[in-house]
Amino acid sequence: MPFSLTNPSYALPEMLMLGFALGLLLFIAFTGKDKMNWTFALTQLSLFATALVIVLSMGEQGLAFSDTYIKDSLSDVLKLSICLINMLVLLYSHDYLKDRGLLQGEFYVLVLFATLGMMVLVSASHFLTLYLGLELMSLCLYALVAMHRDSFIATEAAMKYFILGAIASGMLLYGMSIIYGVTGSLALADIAVAIDSGMLNNTVLSFGLVFIVIGVAFKFGAVPFHMWLPDVYQGAPTAVTLFLAAAPKVAAFAMLIRLMVDGLGGVQDAWQDMLIMLAVMSMIVGNLVAIAQTNLKRMLAYSTISHVGFLLLGVLSGTAEGYAASMFYTLIYALMTLGGFGMILLLSKQGFEAEEIADYKGLGKTQPWYALMMLILMFSMAGIPPLAGFYAKLTVIKAVVDVNLITVAVIAVLMSVIGAYYYLRVIKVMYFDAPEQQLTVQVSAPARIMFSSNVLLVLGLGLFPGSLLAICVTVLS
Amino acid sequence: MTLTDLPMLSLLIWLPIFGGLILLMMPAEHRGIRTVGLVTALLTFVLSLLLIAGFDSQTYEMQFVERLSWVRAFNIEYYLGIDGFSMPLIVLTTFSTLLVVIAAWEVIKDRLHYYLAAFLIMEGMMIGVFSALDAILFYVFFEAMLIPLFLVIGIWGGPNRVYATLKFFLYTFLGSVFLLLALLYLQFQTGSFAIPDFHAVPLTLNQQIWLFLAFLIAFAVKIPMWPVHTWLPDAHVEAPTGGSIILAAITLKIGGYGLLRFALPITPDASMTLDWLVIMLSLIAVVYIGFVALAQTDMKKLIAYSSIAHMGFVTLGLFIVFRIFANTNNGYGEVLAIEGAMVQMISHGFIAAAMFLSVGVLYDRMHSRDIYAYGGVANRMPVFTAFAVFFAMANAGLPGTSGFVGEFMVILAAFQANFWYAFLAATTLIIGAAYTLWMVKRVFFGEIANEQVAALQDVNRREFFILATLAAIVLLIGVWPDPLLSVMHASVENLLTQLAQSKL
Repeated sequence: MPFSLTNPSYALPEMLMLGFALGLLLFIAFTGKDKMNWTFALTQLSLFATALVIVLSMGEQGLAFSDTYIKDSLSDVLKLSICLINMLVLLYSHDYLKDRGLLQGEFYVLVLFATLGMMVLVSASHFLTLYLGLELMSLCLYALVAMHRDSFIATEAAMKYFILGAIASGMLLYGMSIIYGVTGSLALADIAVAIDSGMLNNTVLSFGLVFIVIGVAFKFGAVPFHMWLPDVYQGAPTAVTLFLAAAPKVAAFAMLIRLMVDGLGGVQDAWQDMLIMLAVMSMIVGNLVAIAQTNLKRMLAYSTISHVGFLLLGVLSGTAEGYAASMFYTLIYALMTLGGFGMILLLSKQGFEAEEIADYKGLGKTQPWYALMMLILMFSMAGIPPLAGFYAKLTVIKAVVDVNLITVAVIAVLMSVIGAYYYLRVIKVMYFDAPEQQLTVQVSAPARIMFSSNVLLVLGLGLFPGSLLAICVTVLS
Repeated sequence: MTLTDLPMLSLLIWLPIFGGLILLMMPAEHRGIRTVGLVTALLTFVLSLLLIAGFDSQTYEMQFVERLSWVRAFNIEYYLGIDGFSMPLIVLTTFSTLLVVIAAWEVIKDRLHYYLAAFLIMEGMMIGVFSALDAILFYVFFEAMLIPLFLVIGIWGGPNRVYATLKFFLYTFLGSVFLLLALLYLQFQTGSFAIPDFHAVPLTLNQQIWLFLAFLIAFAVKIPMWPVHTWLPDAHVEAPTGGSIILAAITLKIGGYGLLRFALPITPDASMTLDWLVIMLSLIAVVYIGFVALAQTDMKKLIAYSSIAHMGFVTLGLFIVFRIFANTNNGYGEVLAIEGAMVQMISHGFIAAAMFLSVGVLYDRMHSRDIYAYGGVANRMPVFTAFAVFFAMANAGLPGTSGFVGEFMVILAAFQANFWYAFLAATTLIIGAAYTLWMVKRVFFGEIANEQVAALQDVNRREFFILATLAAIVLLIGVWPDPLLSVMHASVENLLTQLAQSKL
């Protein structure tokens, strides 16, 4: 089939982002380090402009570039959230990077290219585009983790991330090639048609499916493919941890939906069992191991693993409502993670990383406002109403109850009780212990204001989750 | 414009929460903190009195109903309404919070504005629990009130507060997640989250039994029933006086209310099948926990155990109705049982609050809750002793006090169910008297034990006012329980009709 350039305007946001990224590359090549404020502003501008274009082009739907590329309301909403999340990430991390001498143009260029990768991944309707987006994102992330090249632990984390990430990509590719072998197509829509015809060799199909699921699970960090996640989250500079904990999960959610629902929806029975195993193990391991952590970044890493388990609950239910629940969970998770790692960024200063839980002793006395923000985040992650995290958990658990997977639901609620313990411990340290040191918040006013709005949004979405939930239901129905 | 046109319940819920938020934003040393706290609590209390005035006790239908769509995508509503069960509990809540605010007046010195804010926000949530008719709305309030209580015990509590508050939180959270599952399952069956729809949905016995067990776990932890009661003594001992009052007066009642609102009407057949379980646990609570109370030397712990024993009467009263149905047909014993349970809840709310306040009065002066640190207090604090002895008598179930009414009604009803139930329940009149009066004897009477006791000052005007109000209420319900009974009568009859009909 000849490649046709139909509907190129559907990819306008990506083209814009690519243009900006290349422009920024040139800009930093010809300007010195003293123009870093400009670089920062330009990066934010490019993200903002892209977000604007996405908003303006909402409504149009269809395939482009010989059906390798899809623009639908799901991709619009997810791309928009990716751009907005990354704007917040850059804002929170600016001062942190500056204090540590990591504020280099490369950081911003890599962030933009990674964002581009995520956007391509979100819009993929073809194995090739999907892989292209995934690798563009992943390679940028590897480099970002290694940015702090004098840090032994960051280098180790980057190495681990790269090797395991490459294995995961290999698995995914292998799975794709097997699926291609069975169905004779790389386009997700054609694969779906081929599977629905019922004339395929199921054994081989399942064989390919297993590798695809493993690849996706690696990218999510679902147990038992989670080994890289705590080390990378802890080892990477916190600004980078923040970046790779938030938006890439949104992209990974899109990948999951595109692959499992759009492409392989016909073998839902097969992948449902696999996802149940992944979800249950992630919830159990993530929550139990998080209890033992004393480092906040590592604790949040294990908490991410457990969140991934919860997030998978919606998808494994196999209903449109369940997919919407997972999407809601992903977005809320991203908001909460932004807050959680953002808190560490806010409290860290030159020569001091506020990443041990013990560092937060008495924060309720020394920094009442930020302690309150952290309190909201922790209760939200634990799933206590009236915070957004509660609705996230409610919707995914409702999704599994609605397909009568009661046992899975029981495990999920039990694990959320266990999970509550380590979140409560952070609150305990902040409010019930006496302060040992005076923590200060030195970041710029916009970062502080946005951080507070970010956390208050978690509260706001807990009181009024209706509109976001409605969006999720609409784009996935 | 009449009262029913106003969104009374919303006002009751959001007024204290709003007042609490204002307090949160005030600077720590602001002079108006106490005024804002008191005015908010007082206004809410007055509003709840208007609720009584506008309440129609002839009907079992939900009153003051407000119904708005909240989360359209999942059909979750902001659906409020009250009946004869919830109305008295709401008034109890507003009254107890008012007490807490006054009791904190000069006692709490560290971050008073946060303390008052926590209680006011909690008040709004508890009123929300009692008035929610949407299951998710109920759950939101039910869970959200853990946050302020967790902080209250953890920040203003005693030396072992961290352990106590974590235990309290995790215990109740563990119970309530099963409630959430049950609610989601019921939604799956009915397609709605409205509690009245849950009441009407037919369920097989198997479904009912699982749902019932989920409800039982959730509410048994709150009540608390033996053997999931162990968090309560810890929480009470470590909590500041205000925390103990709210715990004893309101949060325990939420458990009883939950059984009334969810377990009994939604799963009547399972309740009947498994009534032996609840009756057995209730009797264990009444008898065994009574003996445990006898062995305590910490006053707060003693009252905590006595609370568990008294709540045993509530669960006993609620679940003997099925046996009474089977034995008699006069339609009298069942009413007695349920109304007795309700009166017991309300009365225990006042008496337990009064007992914890009395301990608080002593603790503020001597900083000890140990019975053996006292002795001969009556010589130095005669007025206070008069009150304390009165409340102790009420706690022991002396006729003429509210403590007698509820217990007596339940015991009478229990005779129609089974003689031995009544016999075992009646032992409380001996055990209860034993542990309460023995404590009174050791603390108040005898020789002055030490110099600290010798230096005690009698109650001040503020303390006198609180204690006198409580004493008046306890006495009033004791001699004239009729108004309270008539408020709930229609709802009780309706509940019994629901229970008599099989859902199979």
